[in-house]
Amino acid sequence: MDTLNNTLLKVENLHVVYKARRETVYAVNGVSFCLKKGETLGLVGETGAGKTTTAYAIMRVLPDRTARIVNGIIEFEGYNLLDVPENLMRHGIRGEKIAIIFQDPMSALNPIMKVGDQIAEALKFHNKEDLSPERIEEQVDRTLELVGIQKERKYDFPHQLSGGMKQRVVIAIALVCEPVLIIADEPTTALDVTIQAQVLAMIDELREKLGTAMILITHDLGIVAQMCDNVAIMYAGEIIEIGSVEDIYSGKMQHPYTAGLFGSLPDLEKKTDRLHPIEGLMPDPTDLPKGCKFNPRCPRCMDICRNVQPEFTVEGTHKVACHLYGSGKGRGIDE
Amino acid sequence: MVMNKKPLRSMSPLQETIYRFSQNKVSLIGLAVVLLLIFIIIFGEFISPFENGVKQNIRMRLQGPSAEHWFGTDAYGRDIFTRVLHGTKYTMMIAFPATFIAEVIGIILGACAAFYSRWFDNILMRVLDVFQAIPGQLLALAVVAALGGSLFNLVIAMLIARIPASVRTARSIMLSLVGQEYIDAARSYGSRDYHLIFRHVIPNSLGAMIVSMTINLSAITLQVSSMSYIGLGVSPPTPEWGALLSEAREFIITAPHLIIFPGIAILLTALSFNLVGDGLRDALDPRLRD
Repeated sequence: MDTLNNTLLKVENLHVVYKARRETVYAVNGVSFCLKKGETLGLVGETGAGKTTTAYAIMRVLPDRTARIVNGIIEFEGYNLLDVPENLMRHGIRGEKIAIIFQDPMSALNPIMKVGDQIAEALKFHNKEDLSPERIEEQVDRTLELVGIQKERKYDFPHQLSGGMKQRVVIAIALVCEPVLIIADEPTTALDVTIQAQVLAMIDELREKLGTAMILITHDLGIVAQMCDNVAIMYAGEIIEIGSVEDIYSGKMQHPYTAGLFGSLPDLEKKTDRLHPIEGLMPDPTDLPKGCKFNPRCPRCMDICRNVQPEFTVEGTHKVACHLYGSGKGRGIDE
Repeated sequence: MVMNKKPLRSMSPLQETIYRFSQNKVSLIGLAVVLLLIFIIIFGEFISPFENGVKQNIRMRLQGPSAEHWFGTDAYGRDIFTRVLHGTKYTMMIAFPATFIAEVIGIILGACAAFYSRWFDNILMRVLDVFQAIPGQLLALAVVAALGGSLFNLVIAMLIARIPASVRTARSIMLSLVGQEYIDAARSYGSRDYHLIFRHVIPNSLGAMIVSMTINLSAITLQVSSMSYIGLGVSPPTPEWGALLSEAREFIITAPHLIIFPGIAILLTALSFNLVGDGLRDALDPRLRD
């Protein structure tokens, strides 16, 4: 398909800070990535890496009491979303073109509204063809059946549904207006493993059926391998490695942080007594280290890492921000 | 299939709330008392004419309960039953509007403070701090002292004394709701601010707000009574409940019925409103069902 070459979303140099009374939290620091139509991008990183903040910034639903988008461009279908007026954002973008699947289905549904009404609500806001109430009901029934819930359950309140069903409802709300981009914010974290697989398979199937692009936020590398075309690894508000799934899982270059993430995973084929987690904790986002943000925890840290912020080293589709590669400053990776 | 589930599903939210409320026996008793009070307010004149409550008869002073005077008579020989009966109207005419208006203003200002910019929130809270620095009772006294003790002024005084607390209650409830993920979710599928406030934030706060309202209603009833008790409420011949207590205090030992009957009226009113409020909260919250 020729449309596959079309860029849908381009994020450039995005900076988001949270301003608390005395301190500033640097949550996203210069994130750039590109997403084509129908493509799935995995956004991977540990808690607090800025994944969700990036997603909220794209939708412009950051809490306006504290969060500021200080810099950057979010280009969606050729428009910079940061310049789009709020009412256009509401009518034309949120729900209509971009939808979020929230992390925790237990809290993403209004507890005192019937789930059918919540799905219908999303539809009513974007009621372009002025659907009659009967047509809206029909559409709600259809969407519920699409995500595998009997339509009679639309009269239920969220607490009457199981966790997996609630997540399906959350997905139905995201899908009902047939958006072109879905941001799935850890869609399966709150679910148990058997339901996880079902929900993921369903998301993937629906995405393929509707031709929707997706940003999948997760910290599960297994899910990424299964679902994504491209992967971006985030650390302390920056993308430190980005590339296709093959690049990340078996490319020539590998950021020590990515290596650490893989080291923390159990391997089916190798017998090990214990896993190798990354030592230490994520840096304090109010006081980020100089140079490479990963340097205090990096097992291969060099002098230059403590002072100079690394640039991307590009190899085909694979980009790594680490001094170990490129410009001859560091040593090559040696096994 | 499950028998009681099917009809529930086909009900409208209003029918469902009524059905759930009717399942709660204690609240129904409360509702019965509230309805009785309303009945008394409307038809009090037919039960016992107001005239009986103001007509003085010194020969009949300080009589105990009898067939002729159910609740006895006061120091001027006036019928206590009639006075308590008509007092309902005066007490409720102050307590109802004051509570309702205070709560509505609380919800609106609280929602705005929780929802909109920080500076609005800050200014509002500091203004309320000034009001709350003065004890509510004292503030109400000052207002009545300045404006004079009419029914209308009493409502104003109660409002000024009560609004800060109800705004604060509403704000803190709504602040916790605004941070909920379903508000973010609703915004992310394109909800407008007023829609978020009126369809998600306020309905979710109603359970707590109704409880706060019934507490306020009984508190205002008591406060109105205590204002009258110290002589700053309605003017003497008017049989407001607090005024009845105030008049009775000299005879507390010799004629305790003077204080017991209005006291019971105040107690029953406050209690029944609390019961109705509890029942409403339970009926409105789908999480408390089944």
